[in-house]
Amino acid sequence: MSSNDTDTVLRAILRDVLGLGDEQVAGFDGDTGLFGSLPELDSMAVAGLLTEMEDRLDIVIEDDEVDGELLETYGNLLAFAEAKRAA
Amino acid sequence: MIAAWTCPGPAGPSREYALAIDRQRPLRLLVVPALFEEANRTRRMLAEMMRRLDAAEIDSFLPDLPGCNESTQDFATQSLSAWRGAMEAAAREFAATHVLAIRGGALVPPDRLPGVVYEPLKGQSILRQLIRARILASREAGRQEEGKGLVAEGKEHGLELAGYRCGALLIAGLESAVAQDEGRRVVCQAELPGAGLWLRSEPGESPGQSEALAKIIAAEIGA
Repeated sequence: MSSNDTDTVLRAILRDVLGLGDEQVAGFDGDTGLFGSLPELDSMAVAGLLTEMEDRLDIVIEDDEVDGELLETYGNLLAFAEAKRAA
Repeated sequence: MIAAWTCPGPAGPSREYALAIDRQRPLRLLVVPALFEEANRTRRMLAEMMRRLDAAEIDSFLPDLPGCNESTQDFATQSLSAWRGAMEAAAREFAATHVLAIRGGALVPPDRLPGVVYEPLKGQSILRQLIRARILASREAGRQEEGKGLVAEGKEHGLELAGYRCGALLIAGLESAVAQDEGRRVVCQAELPGAGLWLRSEPGESPGQSEALAKIIAAEIGA
């Protein structure tokens, strides 16, 4: 799997969780703010997001790996997902 | 459109509500909702699906699980077996001929009714997500908690998860429950247009999904 695939899958997950269109999530860049910038991403929504990442990216995310920084921007979340898949 | 039914409960029977489209037709579908927040996220899609089923000559009934929505019962006293008993009672009172169970609702459908199970999941998956949300929320508030300890505490004393005061029996039930899909048609999300609405961080709707699910049900139960 190339990193591009992780990017595509992650954008699709955010599209489904946030109820956005493909064009909107295509406009996300590394600095796009997530948790803290998007009020609908409360703890329950983040828990759902992480579960969906585990399912679709075939990774396991430990609870202690999740902190505010990870979810701060799209770039941070993508870098985490790519590192997990490479592990 | 709002019907009442008698539901068993720990403090005696209560009268509970159901969204109902009842024209005394032979095909009568009991809709067992998803659990926790997923019930809210999927409700508009299901209500629209019920209107499409009405057009296909199928009556349908979407009861509240006791302890949820306008129920007079206390959420903290609920368990999977209480919800299963409640859905049995609703099925009897509405004379349901078939069932549609959604997501975690597939853990508590009435026995013996044939029908459809939509994207069922294990109780363990539901519990894991609720525990994870609790850990994240606690961390935001500056408290460190961990999953195994929370589950152990929950099975003994109950636990507040995502704003729900879950009793010890509910936690223990979720930990081991599996979907009751035996003999029922399992509908996967790939059969409907778009992603599952339970994924959404805010409740949404999808007329296309309502229509597709109604068509699958009508074909399955012989309308």
